[in-house]
Amino acid sequence: MPSILTVDDSASIRQTIKIALSSEGYSVAEAVDGADGVQKADASAYDLIVTDLNMPIMDGLTMIRELRKKPAHAGTPILFLTTESDADMKAQAKAAGATGWLTKPFDPDQLVKIVNKVLAR
Amino acid sequence: MTPIDPVEIFRVEAQELLEQIEQGLLDLSHTPGDKELVAAVFRALHTLKGSGAMFGFDALAGFTHHCETAFDRVRKGEVQATPDLVAAVLNAMDHMRSLAEGRPCDAHVGEALLAELERVVAAAGGSQTSSVRANDPAGAVPVGVGGADTDAAPRLKTWHVVFTLAEDVLVNGTRPLPMLDELRALGDCHIRALTDAVPPIEALTPTNCHLGWDVLLTTDRPLSAIEDVFMFVVDDMALEITEVKGDDAVDVQAPAETVSPLVASATQAAAQVAPDLDIAAAAANGDAKTARADASVRVPAQRLDELMDRVGELVIAQSRLKQIAAASQDMNLRSVAEEIEHLASELRDSMMSVRMVPVAQLFSRFRRLIHDLCRDTGKEIELITEGETTELDKTVIERLADPLIHLIRNSADHGLETPEERLAAGKPAAGRIILAARQAGAEVVITVKDDGRGVNRDRVRAKAEENGLLAPGAVISDPELLQMIFQPGFSTAAKITSLSGRGVGMDVVKRTIEGLRGSLELTSPAGEGSEVALRIPLTLAIIDGLLVRVGTGRYVIPLSAVEECLELTAEQDVRSTGRSVLTLRDQLVPFLRLRSMFNTKAPPDVYQKIVVVSTGGERVGLVVDQILGDHQTVIKPLSVFHAEVGAFSGATILGDGGVALILDVGHLTSEAAQHSPAPLRAAS
Repeated sequence: MPSILTVDDSASIRQTIKIALSSEGYSVAEAVDGADGVQKADASAYDLIVTDLNMPIMDGLTMIRELRKKPAHAGTPILFLTTESDADMKAQAKAAGATGWLTKPFDPDQLVKIVNKVLAR
Repeated sequence: MTPIDPVEIFRVEAQELLEQIEQGLLDLSHTPGDKELVAAVFRALHTLKGSGAMFGFDALAGFTHHCETAFDRVRKGEVQATPDLVAAVLNAMDHMRSLAEGRPCDAHVGEALLAELERVVAAAGGSQTSSVRANDPAGAVPVGVGGADTDAAPRLKTWHVVFTLAEDVLVNGTRPLPMLDELRALGDCHIRALTDAVPPIEALTPTNCHLGWDVLLTTDRPLSAIEDVFMFVVDDMALEITEVKGDDAVDVQAPAETVSPLVASATQAAAQVAPDLDIAAAAANGDAKTARADASVRVPAQRLDELMDRVGELVIAQSRLKQIAAASQDMNLRSVAEEIEHLASELRDSMMSVRMVPVAQLFSRFRRLIHDLCRDTGKEIELITEGETTELDKTVIERLADPLIHLIRNSADHGLETPEERLAAGKPAAGRIILAARQAGAEVVITVKDDGRGVNRDRVRAKAEENGLLAPGAVISDPELLQMIFQPGFSTAAKITSLSGRGVGMDVVKRTIEGLRGSLELTSPAGEGSEVALRIPLTLAIIDGLLVRVGTGRYVIPLSAVEECLELTAEQDVRSTGRSVLTLRDQLVPFLRLRSMFNTKAPPDVYQKIVVVSTGGERVGLVVDQILGDHQTVIKPLSVFHAEVGAFSGATILGDGGVALILDVGHLTSEAAQHSPAPLRAAS
């Protein structure tokens, strides 16, 4: 069962992601900000990470950079959540090493589709 | 466990976000340049907008977007966080709150708020043209995966796809092999790897991708389905997709198909080597840190209540067990019963602590209130909070909000003087309201104190006489006079302002506090301000009690109120027939004979006992027949028909299934206080 880490300071978004992906048979872990995300990713291997960009303590961009610095996470697909108005954020996140993105508000089915695609299931 | 609806979580989250925004804005009004505060407010607005749009709160998302845009410009330094700007967003908050709660809202109100916001942003240095509302609400349209399936013609077409990925693509988590699999899933597919760019082995960087692919694909799927395969990498790659017309253009060697995936997986494998090595290194470094200690779980309050109920039932069952064990000779049973008693009491304590939340949550709401009060009264008011970490049961906290709002309003409206009056009286222009909490035994004491003019005795008396609460010219003590304020229908405000005196008075405050089994006390040295102290029990559900017997009935006295137990000597008994006072270490303590109060017919025990209880500094002895011992008391409220019975605050079920009433110590002490002066005078 592939495991996925969702990093978001918003509990409602985490829950949405969790419900959508666990119903597809993924096991989903949660982290509440970038720093927590790095720590959780270090503590256990995940097949994919879905992260918000705008978070307290450590934002998503910094987290992606931190993770990409570590060879253990070099190949882990990372998807980020962005909004239409954040066009420059998207470019920055890609430059930081993100694999793909999802535009908020998103349809849970769309999330599932993209995750399936990235993990090639 | 069934998953909780994200929309419900969002509702709670929205409240928290709004509180954060409000807090941030209020702080900003003191330190306008604070970048971190601006960033925090922006972040909260951003999350509110994003999540709002996710869960169908479109109006909220749209409205919040404008505030977010304004703060984005503050964040970027284009606009100053002027007091007007902060005030405009604060005003907009109430509208957001209504939208978040799903209440019907007047669109004009929103429009007016935004117009105001736009105006202050312009005044705060925003350029004239790029208005706040220039770019419209964030992405209502999700960017679809292969959204345009409509250009599909269900006809087989052959496509020639040539692509080379960016060299660092493997580092970004993209894997070429699944992409090829995806292409293959679209239809009949021939794939050839382009190896021209692969450097000689000594120059090869194994983590880079040097391969390209040449694919011939026959599919009935539209072009967009092929483009979708590359959706995340299309900007950084070389991709050429051309339609092959006719059958003559097949120039891809079919056998190559078997080779190319192999090469692809070789690249893949190369990319895997480094990570594997590092995992070992990380493990050796002890890098696998444990989960964060402050991680928390959100649980609906109702579940806590259910759990609390179960713990209550467990405690009742445990006391039955205790009784059975006490009557038994079986040592094993006794030791198990003792262990279970221990566990049950620990479980009870942890259960209580789960329900505890710091009063900071409550106190922080009042900063906005003070902000509004300053504006409405024209007074300068400073709110000082102390002891915010003191914890109280969550339900209690919620029920305290209204009484405290009332008390603070009272202080601001009646207590504090205008800046001119204060300066004339030699006080600083800004009045102070101190909101403090501290724990004292099984109670939490919350005080609302101001440094205003204090309670005006003459006006209280005049008002009380006017309302028929007090006979004209009657002689009463100062504390009694102050108590008048808590009488129903009492209001001293000469004119009714919008702040206080709106019909609900201090009597409502008093009733609410008493409903929480608490008490309140007003002190006000003339001219030195006033102080209201609320004493609230830590929890509403289970208390430690002292079980006593009066005649055949059994009663529980809250253990937190019990000071000591004595024997009523025959000498004291005889001397004090009727009205009763006993001397306890040189102090006179009135006592009540519960036998006579409860009209007990059964013959009294030979040796009567006195349980000395105290509340709020007053001590009183309660005479009982027998002290049975301590008892974990699960409080069950009395029915509405018995709510008027003052001497009891509730009932509990005992281990043998019987019922014991819980004595309301506060009521009994005031009862005793009313009777005590008479015997004192009679004795002298």
